[in-house]
Amino acid sequence: MESKNKNNHSILRIEGLKKYFPIRRGFLQKIHGWVKAVDGVSFEIEQGKTMGLVGESGCGKTTVARLILKLLESDAGKIIFQGHDIRRFSEKEMKPYRKEIQIIFQDPFGSLNPRMTIGQSIEEGIRILGNKHATNRKERLETLLSMVGMSSDSSDRYPHEFSGGQRQRIGIARALSVEPSLIVCDEPVSALDVSIQAQIINLLKDLQDQLGLSYLFISHDLNVVGYLCNTISVMYKGHIMEFASSEDIFNHPHHPYTISLLSAIPDPDPDIKWHVKPSNGHIGDSDVVPEGCKYQDRCTIAETACLKDKMVFEKVRENHFVRCWKAAKNHGSSPD
Amino acid sequence: MTHDRPLLCVENLKVYFQSNGARAHAVDGISFEVREKETVCIVGESGCGKTVSALSILGLIPTPPGEIVDGQIIFSGQNLINLDEKAMQKIRGNHISMVFQEPLTSLNPVFTIGDQIGEAVRTHQQIDTEALFQYCVQLLNDVGIPSPKQRINDYPHQLSGGQRQRVMIAMALACDPDLIIADEPTTALDVTVQAQILALLRSIQKKRSMSVLYISHDLGVVSAIADRIYVMYAGIMVEQGNTDQIFRSARHPYTQGLLASLPSPSKRGKRLHSIPGTVPNPAYKPKGCPFHPRCRQKILSCQQEYPGMCDYGEGHLARCPVLFKPKGYPG
Amino acid sequence: MNMVEKKLSNDFYIESPLPPKRTRMQEFQRHFGQNRLAILGLFIFILFFCCAVTGLFLTSGSRPIFDPAMVRLQEKLRPPLAKPNLDSLQPQEVPALGVYLMGTDDLGRDVFARMLQGAWVSLTVGFVAVGISVLIGIFMGGIAGYFGQHHIRTDHILFTLALILGTGLVIVNYTFIGIVIILLCLAYIFYSCLARHESTEKETPVLKAVLHSNAVSVDTLIMRIVDIMLCFPSFFLILTVVALLPASIYNIMIVIGLTSWMGTTRFVRAEFLSLREQDFVAAAKALGLSNFRIIFRHIMPNAIAPVLVSATIGIASAILTEAGLSFLGFGVPPPHATWGNILSNGKNFIFDAPWLTFIPGVAILIVVLSFNLFGEGLRDVMNPKLRERH
Repeated sequence: MESKNKNNHSILRIEGLKKYFPIRRGFLQKIHGWVKAVDGVSFEIEQGKTMGLVGESGCGKTTVARLILKLLESDAGKIIFQGHDIRRFSEKEMKPYRKEIQIIFQDPFGSLNPRMTIGQSIEEGIRILGNKHATNRKERLETLLSMVGMSSDSSDRYPHEFSGGQRQRIGIARALSVEPSLIVCDEPVSALDVSIQAQIINLLKDLQDQLGLSYLFISHDLNVVGYLCNTISVMYKGHIMEFASSEDIFNHPHHPYTISLLSAIPDPDPDIKWHVKPSNGHIGDSDVVPEGCKYQDRCTIAETACLKDKMVFEKVRENHFVRCWKAAKNHGSSPD
Repeated sequence: MTHDRPLLCVENLKVYFQSNGARAHAVDGISFEVREKETVCIVGESGCGKTVSALSILGLIPTPPGEIVDGQIIFSGQNLINLDEKAMQKIRGNHISMVFQEPLTSLNPVFTIGDQIGEAVRTHQQIDTEALFQYCVQLLNDVGIPSPKQRINDYPHQLSGGQRQRVMIAMALACDPDLIIADEPTTALDVTVQAQILALLRSIQKKRSMSVLYISHDLGVVSAIADRIYVMYAGIMVEQGNTDQIFRSARHPYTQGLLASLPSPSKRGKRLHSIPGTVPNPAYKPKGCPFHPRCRQKILSCQQEYPGMCDYGEGHLARCPVLFKPKGYPG
Repeated sequence: MNMVEKKLSNDFYIESPLPPKRTRMQEFQRHFGQNRLAILGLFIFILFFCCAVTGLFLTSGSRPIFDPAMVRLQEKLRPPLAKPNLDSLQPQEVPALGVYLMGTDDLGRDVFARMLQGAWVSLTVGFVAVGISVLIGIFMGGIAGYFGQHHIRTDHILFTLALILGTGLVIVNYTFIGIVIILLCLAYIFYSCLARHESTEKETPVLKAVLHSNAVSVDTLIMRIVDIMLCFPSFFLILTVVALLPASIYNIMIVIGLTSWMGTTRFVRAEFLSLREQDFVAAAKALGLSNFRIIFRHIMPNAIAPVLVSATIGIASAILTEAGLSFLGFGVPPPHATWGNILSNGKNFIFDAPWLTFIPGVAILIVVLSFNLFGEGLRDVMNPKLRERH
C-alpha cells in the first residue's frame, strides 16, 4: 500500500484507524472491557476509483463508514482526506470537508425523512452550497432528479409513495446535491431486488464515469463488489485480512478467510459445481477476542503459532497484502 | 432418483387481498407441484406473491384482509382448502412444516430452545419426558449444533444467527414431516453461514427423503439447491423447468433478464443488463401480460391478451407466446 | 448531462405508475374516518369548544344574557326545565330562555348559566395547563434525547447550586452574604474564561481536575429529575401549592402544567433517541446541517405526533384535576362557577336536588371521555404499526 503511483493520487487514506466501544456492566456502569469494532484499519482509495470493503455482519465495516463521515468519533489513527488529517477536526474545521464526503445507506426506508417531500430532502443539500435563488435551486433539483432517473414531478411527493429502488435513487440524488468527491456506499443494493439492484449498480457506475466520483463500497456480497470495485479489502472482526486488486482477490486469494468467503458464494452458472469449503464454527461475539490471529477459531490451516502471535500485514506481491503469515509463506515457497 | 408421485399439487390458486379499498391480486392463478423427495424452488422478487403462496398452503393467510378466491391445494390426496382449522392443525408441523426468514423473531425469546422443539413434538405425539429430551438432543445433533446436551437449555439470544436457523430447522424436522417449506431461510445470514445451512438442508433432505419447497429471491442459492424451479412474477408463474433448463436456456424474457442482471466479477467493465421499471403494485397490475411494460420484446398483443403457457418439452414451460417457436418451425 | 440522461433513460424509461397522489392530510382523514368512536369524540369536543366560547360571551360583561351570579332566593332548587315564577321575579331576573334549562341551585342561580361559565374555565385550564406541560416536556425531553451523551462538569453544578443559594439568601434578607456568594460565582466564571486562553501545557492541579471532571450526563440529570417529580403524589402536591398560593384560575393552570410534564418528557426523549439513530438524521449530519436544523427540521416533525396524542389525553386529565380541586374547595374562588364547584355545592342537596350533582358530573364525564376517545383515535391513525392491526 505504501507504493504510491504518482499518476493516481489517493483521495482518502486511512491509517491505523481504531474504534473501541466500552462494555459497561454492573450497578456503577464500570467499564468491563472493550469491543474492538475497528482495530487498526488502513487502506487507500484512489481518485475516481472504487474500493470495496467486504465482510460479514458484525465485522465493523459500517463502523468504518461512520468513522470516515465523522458521525462517530474515532479513537486512534489517521483519516487523511485530500491531504488533510480530518480525524481530529472540530465541527467548524470540518465544515468545508463535510460536503465532500457523502453517504448512501442500505435501508431505503429509513434513509429519507418521512415528513419531508423528496424535493425538500434534496434541497437541504442544494442550500448548503449557497444557492440563493429559488429558481436556481429548482433547476438544480430537476437536474439531480433526472440524473438519477426520476421524473421531476416526483419532487413534491413523500418517501412512502416510492418503491425501494426509487428511494435508493432519491438517496443518491441527495448525496449528489452537495457535489461530493467521495461517496461512502453502505450496502446500497443489498436490500433491493435483483432487477433493481442492477439498475442502481449501473447508475452508480454512470455517475462515477460522468462526475469522477470515488466510492468506498461496503458490502457483504462479493459478486457485487467484484463487479464494481477496483480494489477490495476483506475485513474480519475489525481487521483488514486481505487487500488487493479485484482480480487478485478473485483469482489468487491468499487468506483462508477470503478463500472460504469466495467458496461460499453460490454461483448461478450451472457449469460450475458449487461446493462449500467448510469453515469451522461461526462468527462469534466480537467482545471475546482471542489473542493472536482473530480468525484462528474458524481457520482451517491454523497452527499453534497463530494462537499467540499478532498477525502483521505481509506483502505477497505488488499491491497485494495479506494478514496471515502462513498464506504469505506458502505463496513465497510455491511459484505463482 | 425417481420422484414421480406428486406430494403437493397446487392448481390455479388465487389469493386476493383487500387493502385500501383496492383488491390486490397477490397470487393470481398459479399452479405448481412438488413431487416426493424433490427440492422445488419458487424464485421471484419481493411482492411477487411467493410468500403468500407458501402461507396459503399451510392455511396461514390472515382472513380478512386475505382470501383464497379459487383453486385447489392437494396434499397427499386431500384438498387443504376445504379442511377446517382443526384438521389443518394436524397437518401443520406434522406433515408440512415451515422455516421462516428471520430466525430471531421466529423463536420465542422467553423459552429455551429445548422447550420450543419439545413443544413441537408434544403437540403431535405422546412422548414421555426422558424420551423427549433424548429426541431433542438427537434433533439438535442432526442439524449440526455442537454439544447439544448443553445447548438445549440455551435461550435464543445466546445463539448466533446461523445456529438459530439450525434450531428452526430442527423444530421443522421434529415430527418428521413429508414436506418442508423454507421461506428465504438464508436471506438474513452471512454467506459462509448461508452455505452451511444450504448444505445442511440438502443433506437432511437426502437422509430423510423429504420434499422441500424452497422460496428465494436469490438465483445463486436456487441454482445450488433446486431440482426444479418455478419463476414467479406479479402473482403468476412465468416459467418452470429443471435447473439446467432455467439457467441454460431460459425462455421467458423476465427470467432471461434476471439472469443477465446478476453482477459477477467476470462481467466487469461490461454494463449490467437491467430490467427497466419496477415490479407493479399488485393492486394496479397492467392488463394482459403483467410483465409487458418492462419487456423489451413485447408486441401489441401482449398488452391485451393474458399469455398462455408454452410447452418446450421435458417439463419446461414458459408463459411467453412471443418467443415461442413450435417444433419444426423454421428459425 | 445530456449524455448521462440518454444512457440512463435505457434503465429507467418505464416508471411504474405511481398511485394517485395523496397528501398526509387526506390519508389522515381516511384513516380517522374509519374510527367511529374517535369521530364521536371529535364531534363532542367541537361542541364543547363552541359551548365554552359562546358561553364566555353570553355570561360575561356588565349585563350578561345568562347571568351565573344572579341570586333568586325565592326560586331555589327548582328542577330542570321548570318555568320561573314570573309573579315573584323582577323582569331582569327572569332567565333568558324563559325556563331554567338545568334547574337552579340552593341560591336560586341558574345552573345552565353556571355550566356555561364553567365550560370556559375547564377549556382554558385544560389547554393552558397542557400547553405548559407539553412545552416543558418537549424542551426537557428533546435535550435529554439529543444532547443526552454530553456531560456536565462538576464545577458547573457547584456553580449553579451556589447561584441558587445566593439568590435564595438575598430573597430571605441575608442580602450581604447572598451578594458575596453571587459575586464569587461571577469571579469564578471570569477566571475560568481567562484560564481557557492560557497554555494548556501545564500540569493540571488535582483540584482543577476534580472540578473539571464529568459529574453526570445531561440525560441522567434530566431523567432523575423526572423520576423525582414522579415520586410525589401529584394531586397532593398541587393541593399543597394551591393552599400556599392565592387562589386564582391562572395559578391553578400553571401548577397543573408544572406538575404534569414528566410523561411528555419521557415520550419525547424516547422518540428523539430512536430518531437520532435513523439514517436520515445521519445523512443530514453528513450534509453538514446544523444541530438546530436537524432538531427542528428533521427530528421534531417526526416526534411531534405521539406528543399530540398524549396531549389530548392530558387535557382530559387536567380538566379532571381542576374539577377535583374545585370540588375540594381549592380551585377557582367561589363566585366564579366551575364544574367542580357546582358539583361540590350540589353534594349537600343530592337527595333534594340530584340534578345539581348529575349535570356537572355527566358533563365532566362526557368531555373527558370524548377527549380520551379522540386521543385514542389519533394514536391509531398516527401509529402505522397499530393501524395495520385493524
